[in-house]
Amino acid sequence: MFGAGGGTSSYEEIETTDLIILWGSNARSAHPIFFHHLLKGVRNGAKMYAVDPRRTESAQWADTWLGIDVGSDIALANAVAREIINAGLANTEFIEHSTSGFDDFAEFVEPYTLERAEEISGVPASAIRALAHDYATAETAQLCWTLGITEHHNATDNVVALINLALLTGHVGRYGSGLVPIRGQNNVQGGGDMGALPNKLPGFQNVADDELRGKFEKAYGMTIPSEPGWHVTQMFDAMERAELSAMYVIGENPAQSEADSGRTIELLEGLDHLVVQDIFLTKTAAMADVVFPAASGWAESEGTFTSSERRVQRVRRALDPPGSAKDDLAILFEFANAMGHEWGTADAEDVWDELRSLSPMHAGMSYERLEAMGGIQWPCPDIGHPGTKFLHAWLWEDPMPREPAPFSLVEWVPPVDPLDEDYPIRLTTGRRLDAYNTGVQSSGYRSPIYAGAVIDMTPEQAADLGASEGDVVRITSRRGSVEAPVRFTNGLRRGLVFMAIHSPDDLDVNTLTLDAWDPKSGTAEFKATAVRIETT
Amino acid sequence: MIEQRIADPVATVTVTIDGAPVTMPETATLLEASRAAGADVPTLCYLETLTPFNSCRLCVVEVAGSRTLVPSCSRMVEEGMEVQTDSDRVQHTRRMVYELLDSTVDLSLVDDETTRQMERYGVRTNRFGDGYRRTEAVKIEDDLYVRDYEKCIMCYRCVAACGPDAQNTFAIDVAGRGLTSTIATEYDITLPDSACVYCGNCVGVCPTGALMFTSEYRMRESGDWDEDRQTVTTTICTFCGVGCNLELHVQDNRIVKVTSPMDHEVTSGHLCIKGRFGYAHIQSESP
Amino acid sequence: MFRGSRERSSADDHVAYGGLASAESRRNLLLPTLHEVQSSVGWVSHGALNYISERLSVSPAEAYGVATFYDLIATEPRPERVAHVCDDIGCLAAGAGSMLDDLRDRLGEPDEFGGSIAWTRSPCLGQCEKGSAAFIQVAGGDDVVVAPATAEQVIEILHAEKPQPSVSPSPIRQDTRLLGRTTLSLSHHESHGGLEALRKALTMLPGDVVDEVTASGLRGRGGAAFPAGIKWRAVGAEAGPKYVVCNADESEPGTFKDRVLMEEDPYRLIEATTIAGYAVGADKGYIYIRGEYPGALRRLSDAIEEVRDRGYLGGNIAGSDFSFDIEIRRGAGAYICGEETALFNSIEGFRGEPRQKPPFPTQAGLFGRPTLVNNVESLMNIPAIVLEGGAAFASIGTEESTGSKLFCVSGNVLGPGVYEAPFGVSTRDVIDMAGGVDGDLQAVLVGGAAGSFVAGDQLDVPLTFEDASAAGISVGSGVVMVFNTEVDMAPIVSRIATFFRHESCGLCVPCRVGTVRQEESLIRLRTAEDRDEELALLADLDVVMRDSSICGLGQLATVAVQSAITIGLIGAKS
Repeated sequence: MFGAGGGTSSYEEIETTDLIILWGSNARSAHPIFFHHLLKGVRNGAKMYAVDPRRTESAQWADTWLGIDVGSDIALANAVAREIINAGLANTEFIEHSTSGFDDFAEFVEPYTLERAEEISGVPASAIRALAHDYATAETAQLCWTLGITEHHNATDNVVALINLALLTGHVGRYGSGLVPIRGQNNVQGGGDMGALPNKLPGFQNVADDELRGKFEKAYGMTIPSEPGWHVTQMFDAMERAELSAMYVIGENPAQSEADSGRTIELLEGLDHLVVQDIFLTKTAAMADVVFPAASGWAESEGTFTSSERRVQRVRRALDPPGSAKDDLAILFEFANAMGHEWGTADAEDVWDELRSLSPMHAGMSYERLEAMGGIQWPCPDIGHPGTKFLHAWLWEDPMPREPAPFSLVEWVPPVDPLDEDYPIRLTTGRRLDAYNTGVQSSGYRSPIYAGAVIDMTPEQAADLGASEGDVVRITSRRGSVEAPVRFTNGLRRGLVFMAIHSPDDLDVNTLTLDAWDPKSGTAEFKATAVRIETT
Repeated sequence: MIEQRIADPVATVTVTIDGAPVTMPETATLLEASRAAGADVPTLCYLETLTPFNSCRLCVVEVAGSRTLVPSCSRMVEEGMEVQTDSDRVQHTRRMVYELLDSTVDLSLVDDETTRQMERYGVRTNRFGDGYRRTEAVKIEDDLYVRDYEKCIMCYRCVAACGPDAQNTFAIDVAGRGLTSTIATEYDITLPDSACVYCGNCVGVCPTGALMFTSEYRMRESGDWDEDRQTVTTTICTFCGVGCNLELHVQDNRIVKVTSPMDHEVTSGHLCIKGRFGYAHIQSESP
Repeated sequence: MFRGSRERSSADDHVAYGGLASAESRRNLLLPTLHEVQSSVGWVSHGALNYISERLSVSPAEAYGVATFYDLIATEPRPERVAHVCDDIGCLAAGAGSMLDDLRDRLGEPDEFGGSIAWTRSPCLGQCEKGSAAFIQVAGGDDVVVAPATAEQVIEILHAEKPQPSVSPSPIRQDTRLLGRTTLSLSHHESHGGLEALRKALTMLPGDVVDEVTASGLRGRGGAAFPAGIKWRAVGAEAGPKYVVCNADESEPGTFKDRVLMEEDPYRLIEATTIAGYAVGADKGYIYIRGEYPGALRRLSDAIEEVRDRGYLGGNIAGSDFSFDIEIRRGAGAYICGEETALFNSIEGFRGEPRQKPPFPTQAGLFGRPTLVNNVESLMNIPAIVLEGGAAFASIGTEESTGSKLFCVSGNVLGPGVYEAPFGVSTRDVIDMAGGVDGDLQAVLVGGAAGSFVAGDQLDVPLTFEDASAAGISVGSGVVMVFNTEVDMAPIVSRIATFFRHESCGLCVPCRVGTVRQEESLIRLRTAEDRDEELALLADLDVVMRDSSICGLGQLATVAVQSAITIGLIGAKS
């Protein structure tokens, strides 16, 4: 949308903003320290909305919780846009100056009435209207989201629908107003920044751009394909088509983390050659032909991570890795050397300095400065630059230095996995506070608040099923079936149940989820599965 | 166009600290002014990242015109204030506060700074005979925290960190009144039964070792805890995309404690359960 | 944070309103709610507390912290009837010790809450002129007071089907400015000129009312003697919303004047509070009344209803543009809540701990807003000041201590009770007003537990703010507690130390630990070989507590003890 992909604001901005919208995010559990900043904002008087199918620990802090049905985000967002426009609350000056395509957009969202949005999302029209009016009239507003927006088959459309709202109101490119995706993993941002995307070179430089690619080719002494590569979901499709026969997996556990794990495992088994580099013998590693024992990236390696506020920070080696394990960089260097290249000995700072010479947005970030400044937020183009608290200030410049930001027209479509008589209940998945992803890293300590491998539902839902708290029920989707004990919660409703993703060995939720994925971002629709539940 | 937030110019005021004028922003406290002037002012309940609770009274100073001594940690500077940071009255309070605390609780694990200040003020122990002393069994209710309230000075730091200043969980508060008041969950239920989410931020702010991570407690019990053999390395947490700075305290190539730098704007020293305790996976013998 | 999340309906499936602001707006209901449960059941169970917490969006740990702060809220099972029997200095001096012994003989030890009835010792119950008193908590009914009290009466009420209060009327001198009027109804109040002052005030500019109060020279009667006009002006100058708080948490041992005023003449207090609200521009007033005053509470509650019904509280008072209402908040057994900032915290639903000042209440008081806090007796002077003018009021008393003062005379006097006199009378004069000493005078405690023991020439010091201050004593709340030579003073002084140890909130170190060390040292002093060492210790405690305690409780907790040493009541070489 705006070029480089990153949250536009700094955490500190949410502490003094006037309005906070947390959309599809249970940051209280998934991003607790970001939520500390958010709570400072609430305590400083910010009004807060939460848009989430679940009344989560985060939503409990909201002045208003909008409990949407899973996958109805775009309908809600478009209705908010329509209401802002029809109430005369759009920021016309900003729209004229900084955006394009408004007229088409206004016409496009016209059918998304509050009533229609209520019908699709379940949220009362009055609450949608209030959110629209508060967002449009707030002096500053932070619109934050996480995987509740992106783990859908139409993830990118979801994000775009939210960006439209910021363009409509001018809540971007100013201190205190911004779009804030909080990243799920420690270095998702950094991975993207470093070019771990199918179509980008480090620093979000387009691989198809001959000049930019040429710069890298010259520095690397290699030819780089101009065609974008595959993202992981496309790779599995390619395996299915027998176009991909070997895979080198670094620090991932796709056998358990990918949706529709049955199919994933089958495809991994069908590879000619699988190399896995990990700190554990994961389920994926157990299937590998070769395993490289790795050091943990955060405590046994040198380097940098980049956080959700685009802050590049130093990672340092506090421990020696066990046995013959080596850090990722050392393994890659030895691997390259073994394949006949002469990369010499790995040194994280050397690699970083090479990156700085090629990626303008990192150019000013020497290790020395990162150390002294407690990290630097990109872009930081030169050694005297303080880093950038918020992005897209150019939207407010006159004249505009770049093309105006376009509105995008995105239609709501229902989740791919429909509810019907056989599968009448919506299962959504997510994280709990004390655990992380597939539990490989977080299962090592004994959490006193461990909830167990359970299925959360309301007491009313359980009563409908004839189940009591603790009873084991069978959960069946169109792809598979698992069993789990029932746990009561008041954060759900009839027809909506929740399971965490952290205990695949006890309860493989991804047996149930489907692999419908977003063609633009490659994320899968973990959030919307149709299931039926039976007592056992 | 607003490139960065432009801070309003902050007015300054001039105060006299121990006879010397010091000019400070009007938002500064007397503690900040005193320290800017080079005065050696002890604190105990005060922590930069928390709202002052005014409980220990160690940071008191003498302000001309004030009947009582003034806690410098919470008092804002005002133009023309004349402040003495170490007058006889101030010294008396500080010595007495240390003696009163020492007479009721176990101060054996306070930081070096407190030990130094206690020596500086000539603190005498056992001035109060066989009077009241806090006695309570150590609470070990899970694998992460140990609570030893015989070391608790009721500074309220943990309550603030669990509450509005950071975590906003409110699992603990002061219960009871007066000398026998204590930090407690409701009806003194165990922490695992309480609202506690095990962020460890209460432990992180405890100045006396009353709250301790189990890892440290066990090593202390077995005599293995040795800070001289420990290194502290700052790195970034692995568990989400927020980018919290972790200080890994390592002894004999094992992580024995995790803290976060108080002066870093991402965490202000606070973490969550994963960042605080989720390190076991890299040093478990059998994962 | 969700309100009543346990009682969800399908209407709650897709939307919920909550959040911090909503939760904060309900927090102040915490103490009233705890009171309700306590008075229905006799204690607050874990389940009840959790339910309250959920409904009010307060964490259970915080609610527990609040509940355990107060003596009158129990968080462990208690019988439905519990007698709180005064063993404080006034009653001890008057001979209540034998009643306590009697009670122990017949009911067993105090604080044994396993049976169907129980008793406990209580700090001063504000019935000092009666010489003995018990306050009985009655679950499922109204709490009652027995004063004077015999063991027989207490036991009878503990077993009665429907407990009735048994309080002898307070002997009151007639024909004084503040006393002598027992108003039975609002009409009765009006027939004595009541409401005239309010009607007059409403025709004046608020600033002019403040000017009259300033001109009157009225100084606070709660103990601190702060000039009322300065407070009124400061609050008046602030932007709203603002509050008026009437401090009726009369708990200073030996003090009972405010109780008498509220019981005898509640309408005047309501009128005065409303005038204060008008003058400073507040929209709401609170009267925070001591939990052990069920009689005053009832009279005041009924009176407020009546005044509201007549249009003198609520919207557009007496047809004017001024709207104002008064809410009563009941304390729950914590002396510290008489400290103004602790009182705010108590109303707000927090632990009744004091706040560090500044900021002062006039800037940031109740709910963080500018607040006028006045004691009951101070406010009772307001109608006359409005009607007669500040100058007329200032002509009474002395230049720096204008008007009259109520004195609470108790202990070994022939006519204990509340007495009013223009400022200028001495302690000896006050004792004479009360019929003189019963026996030979040993010492007088002036100003309450936070005041001083006086004897000899000091008895002739005029009890004005200026003369008392120059003589190193304090008028305080007007306590004049007399001890004859029969009284063993060591236990009396110790009881004062025990009082402060019991009532210290525990927030600051000098007071939390200092009060217990003082209490312990006084006990050792009785038998100590080396009295000088104990006296030095007590002196050290005195300095640190006066200099560095956060509030007046700790700052004054050593005063009476030190004065007792100074005049030789304790600590002298035998």
